[in-house]
Amino acid sequence: MFRTTLQRTAPSIRLVVTSGQSRPNSNVPPSKLEVFIDDKKVHVDPGTTVLQAAALVGVEIPRFCYHERLAVAGNCRMCLVEVERSPKPVAACAMPVMNGWKIKTNSELTRKAREGVMEFLLMNHPLDCPICDQGGECDLQDQSMAFGSDRSRFVDIDFSGKRAVEDKDIGPLVKTVMTRCIHCTRCIRFASEVAGVDDLGTTGRGSDMQVGTYIEKMFLSELSGNVIDLCPVGALTSKPYSFTARPWETRKTDSVDVLDALGSNIVVSTRAGDVMRILPRLNEDINEEWLSDKSRFSYDGLKRQRLITPLVKDNKGNLVPVEWEDALVTTSRALINANGNIVGVSGGLSDAESMIALKDLLNRLGSEELYTEEPFPISGSGTDLRSSYLLNSSIAGLEQADLVLLIGTNPRYEAPLLNTRIRKAYVHNDLEIALLGSKVDLSYDYEYLGESPATLKDLAEKRHAFFSKLSKAKRPVIILGAQQFERQDGAVLLAQAQQLSQELSKNVDKGWKILNVLQQVAGQVAALDLGYKPNLRLSAPKVLYLLGADNEAILKNKPAGTTVIYQGHHGDAGAAIADIVLPGAAYTEKQATYVNTEGRAQQTLMAVQPPGMARSDWKIIRAISEFVGVKLPYDTLNEVRDRLTDVCPSMTRYGDLEQANFLAQASDLAKDLSFKSVSTPLNVKQIALEDFYMTDSISRSSPTMAKCIQAVRKQKESKYYESRI
Amino acid sequence: MVEKEDQFSFTSINLKKAKGFMKMYPKGKESGAVMQLLYLVQEQVGWIPELAMRYVADLLNVPHMRVYEVANFYTMYNMNPVGKYLIQVCRTTPCWLCNSEEILDAFKKRLGIDIGETTKDNLFTLTEVECLGTCVNAPVVQINNDFYENLTPEKVEDIITKLSNE
Repeated sequence: MFRTTLQRTAPSIRLVVTSGQSRPNSNVPPSKLEVFIDDKKVHVDPGTTVLQAAALVGVEIPRFCYHERLAVAGNCRMCLVEVERSPKPVAACAMPVMNGWKIKTNSELTRKAREGVMEFLLMNHPLDCPICDQGGECDLQDQSMAFGSDRSRFVDIDFSGKRAVEDKDIGPLVKTVMTRCIHCTRCIRFASEVAGVDDLGTTGRGSDMQVGTYIEKMFLSELSGNVIDLCPVGALTSKPYSFTARPWETRKTDSVDVLDALGSNIVVSTRAGDVMRILPRLNEDINEEWLSDKSRFSYDGLKRQRLITPLVKDNKGNLVPVEWEDALVTTSRALINANGNIVGVSGGLSDAESMIALKDLLNRLGSEELYTEEPFPISGSGTDLRSSYLLNSSIAGLEQADLVLLIGTNPRYEAPLLNTRIRKAYVHNDLEIALLGSKVDLSYDYEYLGESPATLKDLAEKRHAFFSKLSKAKRPVIILGAQQFERQDGAVLLAQAQQLSQELSKNVDKGWKILNVLQQVAGQVAALDLGYKPNLRLSAPKVLYLLGADNEAILKNKPAGTTVIYQGHHGDAGAAIADIVLPGAAYTEKQATYVNTEGRAQQTLMAVQPPGMARSDWKIIRAISEFVGVKLPYDTLNEVRDRLTDVCPSMTRYGDLEQANFLAQASDLAKDLSFKSVSTPLNVKQIALEDFYMTDSISRSSPTMAKCIQAVRKQKESKYYESRI
Repeated sequence: MVEKEDQFSFTSINLKKAKGFMKMYPKGKESGAVMQLLYLVQEQVGWIPELAMRYVADLLNVPHMRVYEVANFYTMYNMNPVGKYLIQVCRTTPCWLCNSEEILDAFKKRLGIDIGETTKDNLFTLTEVECLGTCVNAPVVQINNDFYENLTPEKVEDIITKLSNE
């Protein structure tokens, strides 16, 4: 059916807003309506639906199609309730309440209506719960128990079979069993409203109606996994998880995702020491209830390419497995012999505990050379002012923005859930977006400003035509992609962005923060908070200590004569060049602190044991310190965290957003510097969907991610592929 | 009446008509013209090929899926190629009371095809439809844009013979 619930969901259809069209306020509507839900009085705002009003007094009305984050469809009819003096039951999800309504959510009529709807749904639903992956967490199962009839009138005396629908192939992540579909259209609404990929729809009518893509194609979205959670039945289930576990068998551990810089909240489901699946956990400030496909599905990478035993290079140059003691002796010997000529490099997946331990260790050995793999300009205020490297507006704060300028970043793939926030504001708040950098498909319309860095200079110097629009905005946001700092003129770009936001700050709402940096990796903010230096310059240290550093671009210039120690969880680029390999724990295997790109400290919890001889990272460094003879003064996690609190008090206040507000000072410090700019275009690394799936050592080891890349490439060759760039 | 292999586009007259339909809707809401445009496609090639749906979607600037949905929903859009003459036999109650089944059988027997099929010579396609709104002269059959009323099996013979010879 042709759905026009939200005008801006469809790309390229711009809303024409003529000025002075505001609603006349001659009739002031009553401020509150009084309604009765099961004789309980409640006062609600006009426009509240029956279902929302019932939720206010704690009455939950059953539903299938209604979802609070999607447009109202009103087609499942499960939420029918009786309203006094109404001739027939009303659909609670779609009906706004009127003053004085008496709603009966548990009357005979309501129960009968629910039972009837349930009976119709089950008539066209296979009763294959024993072989269905949704079993145990299925809305249809639960609600048929609660509201359905206790017996069936469906008797197929001709054995003609029930209604059956062909399964669709929509990619390697989502498995479809379309016969189970109850046509709630949640997946369709999610695809068109949240993901911005209008590939799903309904075809046919009546009992021939199907949910699908009409022509067989992959659901090309970085958020496709969320339709699995949305599906109230077993029509859309997880392909990698299929037939592996039941929800009541698994142990659930609340944790935090580290595969992008947002720190999405997750639940890790484990069974017998195995990660079975990863699901999103509600956090309104970060990921709402969504999760990107990389964070959700790359858990099988945690079981492959793992370092499970310490390795030391023998005299033939081969890495051979050794016991921990031998490895620690070899490591400490190398560290002592280095005489302080040691460089430590921290990678994108490193946690704060191990980083502070490594910093303390190297400091005690006489080295101050601790770097992050990710670059950041050190001129001007450098990393001294926290506001220079944070996403200052905060993720949820982006919803309030009225103009977003993206510079050298593709948030859709670098931070998919940040992009859904921007899209949300685009759809609901008429947010305008402009992009300076590689032309990419952001799933919403934007004004393209080209990819020349000179444009930013023009903007900062108020010469560019777009500046007038920016200066008129009351809540503008500038998001600078951290990957641009790899450029020679990264400092120039940051300074110009600072200058521009300083210029704009004269005219914005009080307390509104303009400048944002979108980090690319989970460990970067914590590293900078702890005093790691960006901009690694590899001279020729005696010992190079890599803490999960796997960036090939940096590591390929490994100086000769350097002993390389790699501590991490995957056999990736770092381990390949190492002389000593110390097996660490991945994010699901340790209790560790991460600070996300907006400066919010969060902790992962240990869901499973590290495999083989691998250990928690800070413990390895603590053990080395004992062998080297500079024992670190902490024995337990709490003591390490006390140390963290000493260095950076915000880092152990989990869940709190620690904001920084020294944008003006940072801008002042950058003003006096003379810079050389480079004219190469502002390219981004992740341009298309296939670039999204593998960005770190975990996702690079994931077979599911490899399948996704393959599937996307195959889809691109199809004649039905539409490029939206 | 056969779809060209790899592309579809409106004839210049139809394109003009299409633009006219789109102008009937407010700016930004041109997608409302989707049904008229699909009907234009059907007038042009007799049915609605997949390529044409995508063409219409691109013309209206809506996602392809939204046009597939519309075209699939309405039964008067032919989603498969049809013969030169599309025979639509009414089967709603008034016609049925006046022996529409006999009419349908006469067509089936004379053409040797079943409902939904096309004759080998690509001349006739037989379908069953709901009320054509001419119950006063039931039974009724619509062939392309013409109505044939007060039918008897004998008249069916004559009609087919006449059309076959045209």
